[in-house]
Amino acid sequence: MAYDSFNILKSSAVPLPIENVDTDQIIPARFLKATERKGFGDNLFRDWRYDKNDAPKADFVLNNPTYSGQILVGGKNFGSGSSREHAAWAIYDYGFRCVVSSFFADIFRGNAINVGVLPVQVSPEFLHEIFTAIEADPKAELVVNLPDQTITIVATGASEKFAINGYKKNNLLNGFDDIDYLQAMKSEISAFAENR
Amino acid sequence: MSNSPTTLFDKVWDSHVVRKIADGPDVFFIDRHFIHEVTSPVAFLGLETRGIGVLFPERTFATADHNTPTINQHLPVEDPLSANQLLQLEKNTAKYGISHWGLGNPKNGIVHVVGPENGITLPGMTIVCGDSHTSTHGAFGAIAFGIGTSEVEMVLSSQCIMQPKPKKMRINVNGALGKGVTPKDVALYIISKLTTSGATGYFVEYAGDVFEKMSMEGRMTVCNLSIEMGARGGMIAPDQTTFDYIEGRELAPKGADWDKQLAYWKTLKTDAGASFDEEITFLASEIEPMITYGTNPGMGMGISKNIPNAEDVEGGVATYEKSLEYMGFAQNDSMIGKKVDYVFIGSCTNGRIEDFRAFASIVKGRKKADHVTAWVVPGSHIVEAQIREEGIYDILTEAGFALRQPGCSACLAMNDDKIPAGKYAVSTSNRNFEGRQGPGSRTLLASPLVAAAAAITGVVTDPREFL
Repeated sequence: MAYDSFNILKSSAVPLPIENVDTDQIIPARFLKATERKGFGDNLFRDWRYDKNDAPKADFVLNNPTYSGQILVGGKNFGSGSSREHAAWAIYDYGFRCVVSSFFADIFRGNAINVGVLPVQVSPEFLHEIFTAIEADPKAELVVNLPDQTITIVATGASEKFAINGYKKNNLLNGFDDIDYLQAMKSEISAFAENR
Repeated sequence: MSNSPTTLFDKVWDSHVVRKIADGPDVFFIDRHFIHEVTSPVAFLGLETRGIGVLFPERTFATADHNTPTINQHLPVEDPLSANQLLQLEKNTAKYGISHWGLGNPKNGIVHVVGPENGITLPGMTIVCGDSHTSTHGAFGAIAFGIGTSEVEMVLSSQCIMQPKPKKMRINVNGALGKGVTPKDVALYIISKLTTSGATGYFVEYAGDVFEKMSMEGRMTVCNLSIEMGARGGMIAPDQTTFDYIEGRELAPKGADWDKQLAYWKTLKTDAGASFDEEITFLASEIEPMITYGTNPGMGMGISKNIPNAEDVEGGVATYEKSLEYMGFAQNDSMIGKKVDYVFIGSCTNGRIEDFRAFASIVKGRKKADHVTAWVVPGSHIVEAQIREEGIYDILTEAGFALRQPGCSACLAMNDDKIPAGKYAVSTSNRNFEGRQGPGSRTLLASPLVAAAAAITGVVTDPREFL
């Protein structure tokens, strides 16, 4: 499924300073029953966001109008657990284009890039600086510059480089996906299969 | 080909690289692809949207498991959304000519149970599925890992995915396991030492005395849980135990083909002197029956110990305290004697025949505690049949347990098998995340022996008392 290309994103951010945010929290299994990729944002962080009567929990950050933006900032080991791509779909569908953390779980990281959500891994110190900046000003803006592979806290000017391989970077910059690439090399794949 | 010492992982990985992309991932060929009803429908929809087909339908195998009821499987599925997912799987597989073991099929069961037991999973293969516990198949010396739905679409349409090669870690466990210590305990022990992210970015090879002596069922349990320490997968070099397990299974190679493949499989081991990015060694004698007390699988401990204090664990104090608060536990609590409301034995982690034998060894001649609700869920119809043939069914029935029908069940609680809010479940599954087994549920991960002891006494109990 196509996604919007990613270049430079300047936005305020939503802080979620919890470690080991697992994919069951991002989207609980009972919301995986759809057969189309629609509406997953409504159930993003469902059980942290709503109580058992489906009323919003006032103390959860997504229900706090003070915080908004297209960047989600999470604690260490974000996205651990299940391979459900629905977690990345829910984040994208809610309106986030970038997740910042000091560490990502493998499968989540790959799923995120494949659906157009940029995972930005920063040092624990820089993550702390971001949380501090948002605490000082909930509207504090971050600039995520994919061409330069930098993330900057606008208010302080503090900046850090992040890693992404050149192939995936090119995909995100252009809205390409792996399936197009693989379709173009089908005869090479068939020859490989033949010789196995 | 270079003659330098090579790891098992490198041997299998390198032989499946179709193309290396400079500053990018490898185009990685997949031998076997498993699909189920939950993570495949959007991938099939993607094929339709793009107007592309399935390249090698004979390399994909479908089973319904995540979202299926575990009682009355002969009746129509009540939940319309679940029923629709099952219907879509049936339609999609029929359209593209993919093997489908749906509800009611005698080969139906949990994807990671039916693959190996039917001889689909073989050494040296690359195996993927839209499920993180695909790491299970590494028990056969395969490279097996979970993928997202975009990648399911890639495998369907091109039999390849794009993967950067992970780093390599070897985990050795040497010596002999003590009484009542099972493969599940070995895995939970390793995860408790490495934490839930300690092996992220790595592919693990398990080696040493303990894994060499372990049955295939046990090896599958260990490899299954590799993802719970962040590893993409885990593998164990195939040996005579592996070959004996595979030989004669329905879809396994036969005759001359068997001989040829066996000769290849025997080369699948890490050469002496091959190097790993990380190597860790544990002693089997240090491991006791394990139980988790928190909300990730790394929060586990020996059952006789007390819950650690926040300052003694890695990670943030706030996250740790939030976790214990969710569980209703306090630092320094003993787990022994804590009340248990539910017991679940089953899942791709512990839903094989050996697990039910272990469970039965404790409940035999005893009675289930009245206040405990127990769900006993075989991993497949084949396991269910074994349970009956071996007399385990009678032992369970006499002890007050009912046998349900196969599926993922309360492991992820997509179907009706949900633990109610606030209740405690001793579960042989793989994740104790908040709400994993139902909104508000509290999960204590443990082995089938610990589950059996809890089911009998109604509280967390050291199973060694019964052995």
